[in-house]
Amino acid sequence: MKTIIKYVLLDLLRNKTILVYTFILAVLAVSVLSMSGNSSKGLLSLLNITLLFVPIISILFATIYFFNSVEFTELLLAQPIKRKAMILAEYIGVAFALSIAYLVGVGLPSVLLNYSLASLTLIISGVLLTLIFTALSLLIFVLFKDKTKGIGAAIITALFFTLLFDGLLLSFIYSFSDYPIDKPLLGFISLNPVDLGRILVLLQLDVAVMMGYSGALFKEFMGSAIGSIYSIACMTLWISLPLVTSVRKFRKKDL
Amino acid sequence: MISVENLTKSFGKFKALDNVSLSFNRGNTISLIGPNGSGKTTLIKSILGLVIPEKGIIRINGTEIKSNPIYRSQIGYMPQIGRYPENMTIRQVINMLKEIRKDCNSYDEELIEGFGIPALQHKTMRSLSGGTRQKVSACLAFLFQPDIFILDEPTAGLDPVSSELLKDKIIKERENGKLILITSHVLSDLDDITSHVVYLQEGKLIFYKDIEQLKESTGENKLNKVIAMIMQKDFLKVHAI
Repeated sequence: MKTIIKYVLLDLLRNKTILVYTFILAVLAVSVLSMSGNSSKGLLSLLNITLLFVPIISILFATIYFFNSVEFTELLLAQPIKRKAMILAEYIGVAFALSIAYLVGVGLPSVLLNYSLASLTLIISGVLLTLIFTALSLLIFVLFKDKTKGIGAAIITALFFTLLFDGLLLSFIYSFSDYPIDKPLLGFISLNPVDLGRILVLLQLDVAVMMGYSGALFKEFMGSAIGSIYSIACMTLWISLPLVTSVRKFRKKDL
Repeated sequence: MISVENLTKSFGKFKALDNVSLSFNRGNTISLIGPNGSGKTTLIKSILGLVIPEKGIIRINGTEIKSNPIYRSQIGYMPQIGRYPENMTIRQVINMLKEIRKDCNSYDEELIEGFGIPALQHKTMRSLSGGTRQKVSACLAFLFQPDIFILDEPTAGLDPVSSELLKDKIIKERENGKLILITSHVLSDLDDITSHVVYLQEGKLIFYKDIEQLKESTGENKLNKVIAMIMQKDFLKVHAI
């Protein structure tokens, strides 16, 4: 398993897409952080960049990579390797490469230019989102046989969580505004990893006004410590559930 | 060495393999022949554990293949399409496989030398032509000196010199008492190397015969003529082979 991870990384760290992704993140991070005088404002812009780019790039890149390496996966599975080890090794390799890209692109500038607890939370949140969306793309790869359909599903998943979900949430709040919906709303938010990532960072920033309804709820109900632990726990679930399902399904998949 | 009993597999409504039973022995080269979509690749992939059959048992050296992947260390597989991670060099691919197969420490590098791979070893897989990739696949199949070779369209895309080299290697391994399963649409390529023919059509086994026997009953000398003769209507019924 270690061997496969090593060689997947060796391949990916020379991949042009990964290099361009790192570069763009770095340029955005440096310019955003050095332009605005107010550090929490800079971090907030960086948070929005993270929430916009990380999910869609991670899920698209990983899905395409998994589908493109189908033939090589077959060749390796003709060796005495367990399917579980094979698919987990591929996941770890891709997730690691994308996380390194994020750490170099966003992590390094924000630690160097604006070291604070909030920056660290932003980095953690970005890495968790990378891991989550790579896990989701693994699930897509296992469920779909056709590459085109798989990529379509990846785009829909990413758009659902970054754009559509908020719309649904708003219409939910709007139509049930006469009822006490605070608690169901908390549960609802846990269904979206992007929101969880946003809340994790916002809890560390003193911008209650900008947190919107869901963020304010989180802070009120749980305080920042419990709120952070809760969202990290939910995000871990968002990584492990797709992974476990993928491994199970992959055991029975025809290649 | 390999025995297949009542193997059935369908993809949706399409029956790729329909109750196929076969057994292959050491020292034979078995050609799997049949039209496109007749189930050749599905049969090969079932033996490799890449396709999970619905019904039927596959045994290798008497032990049933199930979830334990150890049996695959005895098989060298050359896929129909060889695609490799783009940014890896030939050398890295070969080293990766060697590291995965730590159980094996003597390598058969005859083909690597024969194909002149060492001169290309620093090229990335992305920059290689289809034929060169095919050569890499062939080298990997023979590298760990397995007892069983499964070659899916091995000569497709190879230049005549390399194709002959590969055929010589196949004959040599067969003489060493190994079992070789081979599929190809280029019947003339199979001529000198085949000892048995398996003919599949629409997932069903039509016949599994010794090549000499087939040549005798058809009166033809070349494999493509033999197959053409058999495919003519009613030949099978009349001659009851």
